[in-house]
Amino acid sequence: MIPAILASVQIPDPQGDPAFGPWFVATLVKMIALFSVWMVGVAYMTLAERRISAWIQDRRGPNRVGPHGLLQPIADGVKNFMKEETLPPYANRAIFFLAPMLSFLPAMMAWAVIPFGASWASRWGRIDMVFADLPIGFLFVLAITSLGVYGIVLAGWASNNKYALLGGLRSSAQMVSYEISMGLSLIPVLLLTGNVTLSQVVNSQATLHVWNALSLGVACFIFIIASFAETNRLPFDLPEAESELITGYHTEYSAMKFSLFFIAEYANMITASAMIATIFFGGWDIPFTAADNAGAVSFPMVLLSMLIFALKVAFFLFLFIWVRWTLPRFRYDQLMSLGWKVFLPVALAYIVVIAALVLALDAAGIERGLVYGLILFGVNVVLLVGLFVLLDRGRLISPSSAPVVGARLAILRRLAAERARLSAMGPR
Amino acid sequence: MAIGIKVLDRPIEETSYVRATLSGMGHTLRHLVRPHKVTTQYPEEREPLSRRWRGTHRMLTTEDGRAKCVACGLCPTVCPANCIKLVPGEDEQGNRYPLVFEIDEFRCIFCGYCQEVCPEQAIHLGRHYENSEYSREGFVYDLERLTAQTHPVCEMWDPADPRGE
Repeated sequence: MIPAILASVQIPDPQGDPAFGPWFVATLVKMIALFSVWMVGVAYMTLAERRISAWIQDRRGPNRVGPHGLLQPIADGVKNFMKEETLPPYANRAIFFLAPMLSFLPAMMAWAVIPFGASWASRWGRIDMVFADLPIGFLFVLAITSLGVYGIVLAGWASNNKYALLGGLRSSAQMVSYEISMGLSLIPVLLLTGNVTLSQVVNSQATLHVWNALSLGVACFIFIIASFAETNRLPFDLPEAESELITGYHTEYSAMKFSLFFIAEYANMITASAMIATIFFGGWDIPFTAADNAGAVSFPMVLLSMLIFALKVAFFLFLFIWVRWTLPRFRYDQLMSLGWKVFLPVALAYIVVIAALVLALDAAGIERGLVYGLILFGVNVVLLVGLFVLLDRGRLISPSSAPVVGARLAILRRLAAERARLSAMGPR
Repeated sequence: MAIGIKVLDRPIEETSYVRATLSGMGHTLRHLVRPHKVTTQYPEEREPLSRRWRGTHRMLTTEDGRAKCVACGLCPTVCPANCIKLVPGEDEQGNRYPLVFEIDEFRCIFCGYCQEVCPEQAIHLGRHYENSEYSREGFVYDLERLTAQTHPVCEMWDPADPRGE
């Protein structure tokens, strides 16, 4: 009987749209599978962070629970459920309970539009490896992820604690500032792709044979930095800032509610990594092949494309951790200066450059292909080097130093030269 | 510039953002891929103890299994922490032995005077440090427990060999 049902819903064309039944089942399966993978990923991100930070600091990290500490997230989870929940006496109860949920949900919702694999040419029709390939694409992601700030602000407000409130305020200021650069850094992608749908962004990179990271290097740079700010990760973790604000917005939280903020942080990291990978690093597209771009493909190919996507996301997650354990925290005014005085103008100027370049290349009649991508890449190398040179030397972003006068500068130069000479001589 | 920020004199020629960041990232990556881990994995790996390590006490016994202690009372007298409790007894042949001999491991400062003063080489400190109990009372070791210890005993300081080599 089951084969009969299966046969009844089969359609002859594997590239066509599936019937409602198979589509519904496929969506459910995708949801359950992705949600499980994602939650396990979040759990193991906590372990990865602790192990990698330990290795960077020449320690060993948690290695007691299970082989190589692999069961540590489970132990942490059990501990967090068992712990006492505290409620500050003057907290706003309803909002206090709502805030952790609000910070957790948006990170999950963004996954609705992120394509995580090539389409599968099944016997029931073409099954896309994305839940809803919305025509508004990354606009949806920007809108949803910026909702995450509500969780943090409300947590800070409802706790009735000055540190928590300061953390919430910082978080909102930071997110608003960097959202602008983030959105503006995506406009070059829109100019190049002509579409905001994420699957189209992936396809356009496959057409150009060059990742957007190369053909739109400056936008990629700004987007990655802004992602760090949006996820409140170091060097932009001012909302938490243990040394100044205890732990900022989650000072008053305990047990599972506290844990939910951490789940939200890691979930946001995974979402941000997936966005970086999709928009700038080719998404699920298997590098150096064209076989996966010809519409729907066979199931092993789908799995391979998912693996490629997972590897890209994993790399950016590693980058998040690596940066966290390298760079110190920005001062608040430096953060604001960097966002408003550097990234915003650079992003705006870059839009003009890319718009002109795309117009010129199209007017010159160059096909969207490898040559087109390489020309963009060449221009971007020049722009990036220029930007880094400008950023690197002799410029101060909101300095804690004053411009020095000539005589003082001469003394300092002499001292620096002396230091360099002494260190060149080696240890005594 | 924001209000109230401490101003330091610094030549802006020496500032660097991108290269400083990259060199920092390289530094952490080097440690990540080529770590020099110094952590001792304690229950599995142990640091070697000095031969003169003064740890948990141990009462040595004669061949017939009785404590060597003759209850002379020197160790409770010399003990600076006053952690040894000794009640002497005497049998029919006039041999003195301890009725009660207790050492409070919590009070003990592990100076080793008791071992040094003992005329019979009965009480010793040992090369052992893993004492854990569920109650404070558990740390008062009685004679039975002291004689039951099996760890190697501490060697006394030898003027001819001051470094214990």
